Amino acid sequence: MLFYLIKRLALGVVIVMLAVTLLFCMIHLVPGDPARILLGPRATPELIAGMSARMGLDQPLPIQILLFFGNLFRGDLGMDVITNRPVADMVFGQLPYTLWLIFTAIGFAMVIGIPLGCYSALHRNTLIDRVTGVLSVACITVPAFVVALYSLLIFAVTLNWFPAVGAGEQGNFWDQVRHIVLPALAIGLSWIGYLARLVRASMLEVMGENHIRTARAYGLPERVVVFRYALKLAVLPTVTVIGVGMGFLLSAALFTEIVFARPGIGKLIFDSITTRNYPVVMGSVLVSTVLFVISTTLSDLVNAWLDPRIRSSL
Amino acid sequence: MNDALLTIRDLSVHYHTDRGELKAMRHVNMDVPGGSIVGVVGESGCGKSTLISSIIRLLASNAIIPCGSITFEGRDLLGLSREEMRRLRGDRISIVFQDPMSTLNPVLSIGRQMVDIQYRSSASRAHKIKRATEMLASVGISDPGSRLKQFPHEFSGGMQQRISIAMALQAEPALLIADEPTTALDATLEVQIIHLLKKLQTDIGCSILFISHHLGVIAELCDYVVVMYAGEVVEEGTTREVFHNPAHPYTERLLRCDPASIATKTRSLPTIPGEIPDLVTLPQGCIFKNRCEHVMTQCEHLVPAWIESHSGHFVSCHLAAKPGND
Repeated sequence: MLFYLIKRLALGVVIVMLAVTLLFCMIHLVPGDPARILLGPRATPELIAGMSARMGLDQPLPIQILLFFGNLFRGDLGMDVITNRPVADMVFGQLPYTLWLIFTAIGFAMVIGIPLGCYSALHRNTLIDRVTGVLSVACITVPAFVVALYSLLIFAVTLNWFPAVGAGEQGNFWDQVRHIVLPALAIGLSWIGYLARLVRASMLEVMGENHIRTARAYGLPERVVVFRYALKLAVLPTVTVIGVGMGFLLSAALFTEIVFARPGIGKLIFDSITTRNYPVVMGSVLVSTVLFVISTTLSDLVNAWLDPRIRSSL
Repeated sequence: MNDALLTIRDLSVHYHTDRGELKAMRHVNMDVPGGSIVGVVGESGCGKSTLISSIIRLLASNAIIPCGSITFEGRDLLGLSREEMRRLRGDRISIVFQDPMSTLNPVLSIGRQMVDIQYRSSASRAHKIKRATEMLASVGISDPGSRLKQFPHEFSGGMQQRISIAMALQAEPALLIADEPTTALDATLEVQIIHLLKKLQTDIGCSILFISHHLGVIAELCDYVVVMYAGEVVEEGTTREVFHNPAHPYTERLLRCDPASIATKTRSLPTIPGEIPDLVTLPQGCIFKNRCEHVMTQCEHLVPAWIESHSGHFVSCHLAAKPGND
């Protein structure tokens, strides 16, 4: 178990390093000198050279990458060249907003999607199952930014039920809740459909297995058979999918944060890309990658907790 | 057999399929006397599984029962509500399934499952655990107390089957259905399981309906044997009588196919040529005619009657009806 965790951690470090290296190369390939763009058209060559040096762009690419990792090991994500603040402060200041958004979105998708999938599986081919099926596919196919735009138009602008922009007043819990409803809906809607389909399929599979027949043959009440004997197995693939889905959730959060002008990692990445503020881009992407690695590891651990067969194979 | 625990009369089970109605079991009669072991033998597709599923009323959703009755302890099982039937299962009628490796829930501990099925009892949790421990010990699992915490995949196939038997007999049912409980096990384990079943049956005093295609096991364990072919009972009697004087050509050939009955070295094992007829469009006359060595003209159109060839030994074959040819 400990060996497994160490192995996963090492793998995670490799993934993060690869992602950062790839991003460095991509930034390098983007045309235009970042320092020149940052400083505007009237900047003198001396100013530009000075800015390049401050951003570390005067060094060859491999040295830039090595320097980045070197600083990283000392816990330094670099400095924001515009505001002169440490990137780490900016990223970790924005991170809670994104995490709240993602967890609210996936949380409400699970609360609705999983029971819906169970119901569909247990009442297969009924009217409700068919309607759920069609609606699920519809939910899956609508991209998050479309839901974001339309929910903004309908619920914020026209009906005025929820606020349109921002994350709410600091310390005012209810205001923050009201601000998170629409963004969370935008991210979570497709997940409701996705989870419903997934749980339905795995539930149908599990309900056909021999041990379910055994549980029924021993006269266990149907609700015990479904909720204790079947559901524990049927959610295993869901846990994995949500763990890997952290990547999709982060990218959906990016669009949603832009549409709702909500603070968060996604908004930070977007703003820093448009201003070519590369240290901030690097820092935010690094933190997102680490989040992804943590969530996949976490989902494996949850699966191991649920399934003793996985536990003993670790 | 008036003191029968389980009486099946004229029971038919059909399945709705895309090709039409599949008549999986037709007009089956059977008795399981109290405290006895009755064997049901037949090859794959003969309706054994349908028979079991209809007794415990866990038939597939496309199944219908056009006629017949199943009487257990004086109650008609087919007339019970789903809830009444559920209360009977695992309490008065229990079952051990064929493939031990997939019978138990893989994500719940053995103890959890054994305690769960005692949900009817109002005893304390500690008492239920004690009961589960006793049951595990009685099926020969060493150190049962600590093994209760383990999960099915930590046991071998033979052990899992012992655990299944312990679970099935935990409530001391009146009838245990054993659906090929030894088929997935190797020969030495098979013998152990058979002896275990026999011992527990005597201790508890229940009846066993033992399904198998293994004649040796049936001969060893059962008091009575019922031979099924293509969804019909073709022969029935005491094990000794049926094995020594098989009256139906199918039984006779089954016995000849049993590897244990082959004394000399052969290049190929004997088989019964041909296949079970299509149960959607049943042939006229005798169901076994296309594979029978002794097929006669009347077998073509006439369904053989159910006759008593010896006292307590029944068969449905035209050969047995002819005088001087039992």
